Amino acid sequence: MLRYLLEKEFKQFWRSKAMIRTVLFLPFTSLIIYPLVASFDIRNVKLSIVDNDKGMYSQQLIEKARSSGYFRITDVSGNYRQALKSIESNKADIILEIPLNFERELVRNGQADLMVSANAVNGNKGGLGTAYLNQIISDFNTGIRTRLQQNPDEPIIPSMEILPLYRYNPSLDYKVFMIPALIIMMLTQMIGFLPAMNIVGEKERGTIEQMNVTSVKKFTFILAKLIPFWVAGYLVLTIGILIAFFLWKLVPVGFIGTIFIFASIFILAFSGFGLVISNYASTVQQAMFMMFFFVMTFIFMSGLYTPVANMPEAAQWFSNLSPLKYIIEVLRLIYLKGSSFLQLLPQFLALCGFAIFFNTWAVLSYKKSD
Amino acid sequence: MNVIIAKNLTKTFGDFMAVDHISFEVKKGEIFGFLGANGAGKTTAMRMLCGLSKPTFGMGQVAGFDIVKQSENVKACIGYMSQRFALYEDLKVWENLRLYGGIYGLRNAQINRKIDEMLNRLGFQAEKNTMVSALPLGWKQKLAFTAAIFHDPKIVFLDEPTGGVDPAARRQFWELIYDTADRGITVFVTTHYMDEAEYCNRVSIMVDGRIDALDSPKALKEKFQVSNMEEVFFQLAGKAKRKDS
Repeated sequence: MLRYLLEKEFKQFWRSKAMIRTVLFLPFTSLIIYPLVASFDIRNVKLSIVDNDKGMYSQQLIEKARSSGYFRITDVSGNYRQALKSIESNKADIILEIPLNFERELVRNGQADLMVSANAVNGNKGGLGTAYLNQIISDFNTGIRTRLQQNPDEPIIPSMEILPLYRYNPSLDYKVFMIPALIIMMLTQMIGFLPAMNIVGEKERGTIEQMNVTSVKKFTFILAKLIPFWVAGYLVLTIGILIAFFLWKLVPVGFIGTIFIFASIFILAFSGFGLVISNYASTVQQAMFMMFFFVMTFIFMSGLYTPVANMPEAAQWFSNLSPLKYIIEVLRLIYLKGSSFLQLLPQFLALCGFAIFFNTWAVLSYKKSD
Repeated sequence: MNVIIAKNLTKTFGDFMAVDHISFEVKKGEIFGFLGANGAGKTTAMRMLCGLSKPTFGMGQVAGFDIVKQSENVKACIGYMSQRFALYEDLKVWENLRLYGGIYGLRNAQINRKIDEMLNRLGFQAEKNTMVSALPLGWKQKLAFTAAIFHDPKIVFLDEPTGGVDPAARRQFWELIYDTADRGITVFVTTHYMDEAEYCNRVSIMVDGRIDALDSPKALKEKFQVSNMEEVFFQLAGKAKRKDS
């Protein structure tokens, strides 16, 4: 019986132009466009310079900021008030004000003040921009310090330099962190929304009634629905991994087979969830809204954008209910750190739990009679 | 021998009594007409007999199985054609037949042979590879009927099978029904067309959820002293208090 149902599902799947488009289009937008835009790297901060000193040192400092790659000097103002105007008109994000006699103070007294003031409407940009600028100023500081050491006999003022070693993502590339998670997000859209539309779509078209009046087993019917999504999920995942490799040069440090093992459980779990939604919804539109709600919640709770450890305790507890949390963790760990299957056993068991729970629910909530 | 038995079969939706304690029997091989105005409760009663809807009260047996406790056994030996076309529009003619053949447990070779046999009988062989969405309504309904009897059920339930098709197609459809009954399949059919009621062995007429009359068309016409079933229907349905829904 399963064989005939599968024939039907696969034929319908590949005949639907919308499906084919989704399978092809989704990985490309998700993994070509999202990594470019979903980035917390702050670059091209618009810097406004108020140079009251116009000395050699201030020129050096400005040049250093410019060449760092983080800043674009978009405005040079005569005074602070004018600079503030360019922040208001969005021409600048951060003002660096160099006071009059900056160089003289520095040489004579060994210290001088600078003012950095940032537009914090976008707190992230303001905060990180200021931090970059501080880093540049402190570099500059160390540089001139050695030069200003006038008496060679005088002991060098000790200074500490921190050279962090970033394990697993040495260049702190945000894309490397995001792409494994984006692969999962794309997979989630595909294998969550399509099953959610499926059974309810048959309800709307009336075809489910003809099915319900046969002696088809509920389990067989649900299984026949799941398997095509499973195949489609694998396909999309493979395309995703290939794009990550060819476009972003991202190769998992760990064993690629582990990714597929985990993905197969995740796909099963999440398609099952989609089918549950489909069973309860009475129109496709309803199913879409419900699915949208849950996917958004799951994504925000999963640690995709914000680390789970940063959340309040209650939210951390809730994040355990998001199947996405486990699979995103797993993909990041395999891609970046090279974790082995055994190290990921807790996540594996959690995903298996979700798969059993959602699919049992899907079978039970599919009613052949009212 | 009775293949359908209903005793006080009742279905309520909240306060609304869609089907109100109906009792009747259908004999094997009969063409049983199930008449009534829109909203009289025909479809609800039929859905209960098919195991698609659970009765609120009363009992029913179809092909010897209890419609509540053994609904899956009932489903295995009936065919059903719903009011709304319910085959897959994105499958081809033969694929739909194959699907339902497979679900009812027919073997692959059996299915292939049967598809050709049935399509030949319908004169439909040329459309074997046509996508169902491309068929005209009359043909869709013939196909739905074919799918419903593909597995040689004991009883076939037809819910307004000829709604919306032209008189010529209706006549052809009734030829199919007779053909089916000749092969020993009991036909349970609802209809609005009173000329079709004349073709049935026996008819029941539902008014406001109850069965107000049940007999052969001939006996009913004699009883109400009219010349055709249409008059019988008007006399009974005219008493309905329920609004046409």
